[in-house]
Amino acid sequence: MTATATPLTAAATTARLEASALTLGYTDTAVVRDLDLQVPHGKVTVIVGANACGKSTLLRGLARLLRPRSGSVLLDGEAIHRLPTKQVARTLGLLPQNPIAPEGVTVTDLVGRGRHPHHGAFGRWTHEDEEAVAEALTLTDTLGLADRVVDELSGGQRQRVWIAMALAQGTDLLLLDEPTTYLDVAHQVEMLDLLAELNARRGTTIVMVLHDLNLSARYADHLVALHTGRIVAEGTPREVVTEDVVRTVFGLDNRVIEDPVSHTPLVIPVGRHGCRQAPPATKENR
Amino acid sequence: MTVTLDPPVTTEAPQRDARDVVRRARQAPIRHRRRLVAGLVLAVVGAFAARVLLGDYTVTIPDFVRILGGEQIPGATYIVMESKLPRAVLSVLVGLAFGIGGAIFQTTLRNPLASPDIVGVSLGASAAAVSAIALAGWTGWSVSLAAVVGAVGVALAVRMVAGDHGGFRLVLAGIGLAAAMQSVIQYVFTRVDEWDVQLVLRWLTGSVNGVDWPTIGLLAVVLGALLPATAWAARSLEVTELGDDTARGLGLGRGRTDLLMLLGVLLVAVGVAAAGPVAFVAFLSGPIARALNGGRTTLLAAGLVGAVIVLAGDHAGAYAFADLNLPVGVVTGAFGAPFLLWLLARGPLNGHRGRRAA
Repeated sequence: MTATATPLTAAATTARLEASALTLGYTDTAVVRDLDLQVPHGKVTVIVGANACGKSTLLRGLARLLRPRSGSVLLDGEAIHRLPTKQVARTLGLLPQNPIAPEGVTVTDLVGRGRHPHHGAFGRWTHEDEEAVAEALTLTDTLGLADRVVDELSGGQRQRVWIAMALAQGTDLLLLDEPTTYLDVAHQVEMLDLLAELNARRGTTIVMVLHDLNLSARYADHLVALHTGRIVAEGTPREVVTEDVVRTVFGLDNRVIEDPVSHTPLVIPVGRHGCRQAPPATKENR
Repeated sequence: MTVTLDPPVTTEAPQRDARDVVRRARQAPIRHRRRLVAGLVLAVVGAFAARVLLGDYTVTIPDFVRILGGEQIPGATYIVMESKLPRAVLSVLVGLAFGIGGAIFQTTLRNPLASPDIVGVSLGASAAAVSAIALAGWTGWSVSLAAVVGAVGVALAVRMVAGDHGGFRLVLAGIGLAAAMQSVIQYVFTRVDEWDVQLVLRWLTGSVNGVDWPTIGLLAVVLGALLPATAWAARSLEVTELGDDTARGLGLGRGRTDLLMLLGVLLVAVGVAAAGPVAFVAFLSGPIARALNGGRTTLLAAGLVGAVIVLAGDHAGAYAFADLNLPVGVVTGAFGAPFLLWLLARGPLNGHRGRRAA
């Protein structure tokens, strides 16, 4: 595949969430420009790109947190900004980059707050709410933490609790902004495994922004590479993660090999100090 | 992508166990809060009884009941019905209003410094009220209305200057406006003929002294409408607390938060119209209630803490110093100032515990 966008054919997968000619920006500058994206239903979509390429902005736009400057985001064919926000929240969940755990809040309390969109004007806590929270805690393996205070948990545990809150929301679509930031590599893999299992078990459509290209390639069904607010490449990791695309998107000299574990592409950065140690003598580099 | 699946764990028995765990874990903080509220209600009743019965002139409980029954006991009836009882009732009402109003501000803006008495909302209400009384000769309802207009005006101005940020910009803009409002109040005093120290103190730092029953009744009626509305609107607070993005992701519209803030402004404004901007009650109550509730937000407990503070402050102001009858605002101000300094020294200005999730 070349470094140009190849739009996914609508016939292959139906998209419940899509962006059409979407332009997003904060003050004067457009951060995302005239972007078309169809989020494949029931799949894991990962958005990658360099810092400040607009990937978080795009995710916020898809989650109706930003009003489009032009174009639109469609949820089940309707402009998401015109739908009642609570109705959207029953279909589409969001885990932002910096959620705030209020002081002293317990895990169960926090996860229970994910039920907010299912409560009416005088909504009381129901049997259904209890069941949804129990299921979310079970799925994220946080049931043992149920009565702990969120502040006191480790980073990995806390992030699982946030995922549990998003699960308790009971949405078919889940958007996550860098769910692995500040986690060590073991916890990153654990977090992504959890999301992959959710996708496999519940068929939850997942869209997330990730920093790590190699983990993205491993966990994505559909990979979207963003550069200066435009989609540079999109498709399966094998199609997207090529030396050309990585060079365009990150401006990084690199080699792409096959990941020996997952057989997905693995990016090896070259950099200026690629060889601090003398390479073993082989025929190739002699 | 390859996914290894564990065997599904959703058999019937573990699921029921999980629900039990959830039910128990959910109950724990609720039970803690109930015990706290019960304890604070007792504290309010105790402080109220002390305020009404004790002091320079001790009234026995049987006498108090007889006075309430309409009996005339020389000396005692007058002191209880015209001084002690109205002061105590007003203390409870404004304590509730300031405590709850302050906690709404601090929780919504996620900043303990963003309380209405620090960001100028209380002084805005006071400036408008004192202008209405001293310059226009208004009384009753219209004074409350002026206070509301003043409070809402300052709140909107602070928001316009600070934008959407609840952090230091808001606090700085508020402190600036508070100073401006204070000078408005002082200007009004130069325009009135009778220079009355009690009056000045009332509208600058707050006092529950010398308030007539109709004013108290009016405040009670207004709070009777505002408090249930606040209880309803405050249900969104548990989502607001999670940060703007999470709250909007959970389907919380902007309107709900604005409504709650408006109710907070109104609570403070009607309290100020009756007793002046009693210093630091709104600022102190929320954090104290929070500390007593394991760090968790609770508006009701904040209101009750406010009532205890005003009752105790008024009691101390009246009796702690011989020959000196200090208005409650002077006492609460004296306690509030060190607390403010402690808070400033302890943490950042931008929101409390706005910790990263991961």
